[in-house]
Amino acid sequence: MTTVLEVKDLKAYYGQTQALHGVSFELLEGGITTLLGANGAGKTTTLRAICNMVRTEGDVVFQGRSIRGQATESIVRLGFAHVPEGRGTFTTLTVDENLRIAAYTRSDKAAVKRDLDMVFEYFPRLRERIQQQAGTLSGGEQQMLAISRALMLGPRVMLLDEPSFGLAPLIVQEIFRIMRRINTEAKCSMLLVEQNAALALDLADHAYVLETGRVVMSGPSDVVKNDENIRKSYLGY
Amino acid sequence: MEQLMQQVVSGLANGAIYACVALALVMIFVSTDHINFAQGEMAMFSTYIAWQLMQWGAGFWPAFFIAIAVSFVGGLTIERVILRPLHTAPVLSIVVVFIGLLAICNSIAGSVWSYLIKEFPSPFPKDTFGLAGLIGPHQFGVVLVTIVVLSLLFVFFRFTPLGLAMRAAAQNPVSARLAGVRVDWMLALGWGLAAAVGAVAGTMVAHIVYLDPNMMGGILLYAFAGALLGGISNPGGAVLGGFMVGVLENLVAFIGNAIEKSFGVYIIGNGEKLTVALIIVITVLTVKPSGLFGRVVVKRV
Ligand SMILES: Nc1ncnc2c1ncn2[C@@H]1O[C@H](COP(=O)(O)OP(=O)(O)O)[C@@H](O)[C@H]1O
Ligand SMILES: [Mg+2]
Repeated sequence: MTTVLEVKDLKAYYGQTQALHGVSFELLEGGITTLLGANGAGKTTTLRAICNMVRTEGDVVFQGRSIRGQATESIVRLGFAHVPEGRGTFTTLTVDENLRIAAYTRSDKAAVKRDLDMVFEYFPRLRERIQQQAGTLSGGEQQMLAISRALMLGPRVMLLDEPSFGLAPLIVQEIFRIMRRINTEAKCSMLLVEQNAALALDLADHAYVLETGRVVMSGPSDVVKNDENIRKSYLGY
Repeated sequence: MEQLMQQVVSGLANGAIYACVALALVMIFVSTDHINFAQGEMAMFSTYIAWQLMQWGAGFWPAFFIAIAVSFVGGLTIERVILRPLHTAPVLSIVVVFIGLLAICNSIAGSVWSYLIKEFPSPFPKDTFGLAGLIGPHQFGVVLVTIVVLSLLFVFFRFTPLGLAMRAAAQNPVSARLAGVRVDWMLALGWGLAAAVGAVAGTMVAHIVYLDPNMMGGILLYAFAGALLGGISNPGGAVLGGFMVGVLENLVAFIGNAIEKSFGVYIIGNGEKLTVALIIVITVLTVKPSGLFGRVVVKRV
């Protein structure tokens, strides 16, 4: 399998504070890589750094070409869909408008229509709420909407920031089931950030563990999952 | 009774102007959280451009449309060149920039065209236009033009992808970027549209208030009051607020006259109507700080 995204020695800064101290990892074409780590480890910052939403150093290589330093909008147009921490709902717009704005940059009308049908097949609830103000959706529905917005971009790579956060276990199961389908059906590689390690390791093929802005451990998911030492020392379960 | 109707209808005509300027203020406010104090002077400048074009021989409507186009480009340029570098500047610096912009527009207009009051023509035919006894031809035309402009803007923001992108960029710039929207350009576009709407207001009102570099001062105040009254974060509300302030000020004067006629005491009249209208607006805002139609975002977590 080829590498679709390669992050090399990535550093990130908030003002004078350095949040990432040289993070490196890769994501395989069609694969799911998960970034694990405690609160404050730098997972969100890593996703932001890939999209150039914070000041960064190092390199981000997408399909063999460096994208570092490009504007966030341009990176998105290359095929990145970032489902941000907190879901990023356009609260005063309707569900329909939330979905349409995500397809704003696309000119292939037929493909957009197909993707919209796909979204409604994955999340029939959104179809029922299509004219509702998106801010009035439940947390789970807003997470579904956030993933749907990402899908409407027609992405090559999806960056997901704690999609399970604050949701009831049943909803989380439903969302993760759909994420697996998206990965295979939409042929979309995924970089999944999670605090819920058990959940993420079930879905992902590779895992990296972050601690205070550094990768401290990495390996195939099954290895990480089945190694009690790793689990105890890095993942706390 | 008929007089009252007349006052209300002519209030709507003034209100149409306030509504346009209020909308221009809101368009910039929703995406930047700043009130562009120079909006009125920019509109005044646009009006001089139209006047100059007419001096050079253009008809009213060509001058009108060219002035709008020039204002659009001008507004866009001001955002890109002057405000862009100040994006992360503290609020006060930006306020200072707005005030500077106001002074610059005013003094350039003064030195190029002088502070002498000029007549500004009306494009609406005197005999075929208006509703006899209720509203004069120019006022009627102003209301029509305003309604057309506001409807066009409504359709643009509501039904076109670009309009949606502008709303999305204003509502949640980070998410808009993540949807591939060029948020910086949406901001600049907002400035361009605001300047264009201001140009409509200026060229429509100049026939009534006459053209001079200070013509928009009071109008900006009324528009601001209208925007606050309707809800500064809600374009539709601001437009309604603008119309309401227009009617309100005429009603204040009307009631003042009626009191003077029946009791022989002068309490309020034309001179005080701005003050009284503003007092009413402030009172409403004390009770309902987000304005009458201010958007209360329903949120669930
Ligand atoms: N906007 C910000 N400004 C300053 N520091 C920040 C900001 N966001 C995150 N940080 C800091 O960067 C570090 C990494 O945070 P983050 O990437 O959000 O961690 P995680 O997503 O793994 O919980 C933390 O020390 C956090 O305090
Ligand atoms: Mg985080």
